[in-house]
Amino acid sequence: MSHAFVEVQQAAKRFPGARGEEDLTVFENVSFQLDKGEFVCIIGHSGCGKSTIMNALAGLDSLSDGAMIMDGREIQGPSLARGVVFQNYSLLPWLTALENVRFGVRARWKAWDEARVTEHSLEYLEMVGLKGVEDRKPAQLSGGMRQRVSIARAFATKPELLLLDEPFGALDDLTRGVIQDELVKIWGQDRQTVFMITHDVDEAILLADRIFLMTNGPQARIAEAVEIDLPRPRARAEIVKHPHFYRIRNYLVDFLVNRSGELRTADLDRRGLHYPRAVNPVAESATDSDSADAPSSASATDKLVKFTPKETHHG
Amino acid sequence: MDRTTTEWKFSLNIRAALLAVLILVAGLGLWEGLNRTPVMGGAGAELSEYELLMGGADEMARVPPPSQILERAWEELSNPFYDAGPNDKGIGIQLGYSLYRVLSGYLMAAVIAIPIGFLIGMSPLMYKALNPYIQVLRPISPLAWMPLALFIIRDSEASAIFVIFICSIWPMLLNTAFGVAGVRQDWVNVARTHELSPMKTAFKVILPAAAPTILTGMRISIGIAWLVIVAAEMLVGGTGIGYYVWNEWNNLDLTSVIFSILMIGVVGMLLDLALSAVARLVTYQE
Repeated sequence: MSHAFVEVQQAAKRFPGARGEEDLTVFENVSFQLDKGEFVCIIGHSGCGKSTIMNALAGLDSLSDGAMIMDGREIQGPSLARGVVFQNYSLLPWLTALENVRFGVRARWKAWDEARVTEHSLEYLEMVGLKGVEDRKPAQLSGGMRQRVSIARAFATKPELLLLDEPFGALDDLTRGVIQDELVKIWGQDRQTVFMITHDVDEAILLADRIFLMTNGPQARIAEAVEIDLPRPRARAEIVKHPHFYRIRNYLVDFLVNRSGELRTADLDRRGLHYPRAVNPVAESATDSDSADAPSSASATDKLVKFTPKETHHG
Repeated sequence: MDRTTTEWKFSLNIRAALLAVLILVAGLGLWEGLNRTPVMGGAGAELSEYELLMGGADEMARVPPPSQILERAWEELSNPFYDAGPNDKGIGIQLGYSLYRVLSGYLMAAVIAIPIGFLIGMSPLMYKALNPYIQVLRPISPLAWMPLALFIIRDSEASAIFVIFICSIWPMLLNTAFGVAGVRQDWVNVARTHELSPMKTAFKVILPAAAPTILTGMRISIGIAWLVIVAAEMLVGGTGIGYYVWNEWNNLDLTSVIFSILMIGVVGMLLDLALSAVARLVTYQE
């Protein structure tokens, strides 16, 4: 039917309500496709179910409804084909940085001898700039270094789909920037398919090919899929100078600040399989820059909408 | 800044050591001083025949002074392994018997408690099913098992070991279950996303994650086992430090009683130190 690498159809998550109350529907009718080698970010306010979608893709959580298919097979349970980087790093604290990466590599290639596992692990640790600290335990590493180990572990196992759950959420801005650049670099080598949750609009623009915008929960859904057609390779310093950058950014921020709460489920289709509407803010604003209802029009560029992501993590 | 803190710590350690020595000297001095046999009838006065027979002017048996105990300690410790018959063995032999009983009962308990604790910690079903039994069995004084053990096992030596086994099993069982149940879900998820088999997950993730809690249980257990062995050996008799204490009491040799009490404390401390050293090996910082 479909030839997309990852296919999610009409996914829903409901929690049974307390006695006499209705079930709580966190999200429903969420459908999307990921192409091979694509980098997709998903943005939405806390509580819209982003993490549930991601955990379901990882096989760690189950959906109430809907199907998830990767490479022609339904996703059931966790698999080495899908690597996960968690927000809280999830390193094993009794192992050194190298041993943590080796843990993943050893699980992936059981036939490899010790020397090969070590060599491969070191290669990825070096790629994230951790050469020289591989014998330290996570407690002796800074938050940024820990997340680098976690990224090295995930990439070293060469999963077909990488799931990043707000990997930089707990880091300060400076560290975040450096690791974002490293992520771009390491992703550029293997071109894995990446699905990433973020609260940071700039981060999403820097990394993503497409950005999924989710409406607020309950009954959240993916409203739009914004295409980011900025040229690659992208660098943080350069990308802000690109003429399209602020147009895209303002479109996203406007969605998060205003439209994510206004768009109710009733406004969107309830039944049937619907993929999120593909949006290209740059092309759209070019064609109907005078139309009043286009939120990404030139006026939005003038008055920068301020959006401060609230750091919470229970989506 | 850093230098001053280390200097301060250094001086704190020294001051603590000085204070400890001071307390020891004062305590022993007081004890020694209060135990001097009062001399009746003034200096140089002759004791009557009756007084001589009764042990000087001392009408009451007294706790021996520290000087005597030190003397006895020197005597005993310079030849700890002599064996002059069933009622006269060196302190080393007696402690050896006690240690053998404690360690064999304790190790048996560990072999059983840790796997069962793992099972209970992993499976809510097993936890709910076994919890009532644990709650009833746990508060039973280990010595209460002694008659039953003697009847069933028909061997006092093995019964003492059984009492150690039954008293050291509970802290290890409960701490293992607690530690295993409390392993962070994130770490279990790491194992799951790496497709680790249940056995590998247990050994590579859950065991190291729960090891500090398990070791805490083992440390509590060895402490309890050492407390209980003294009482158990007083009951079963024959050999061991508990029997030694009771035997010296029957001999009215209070010097040896006090010396052996000190030895019980020293060995208990060494056991605890040994386990805390092991605990340090498996402790991790989050």
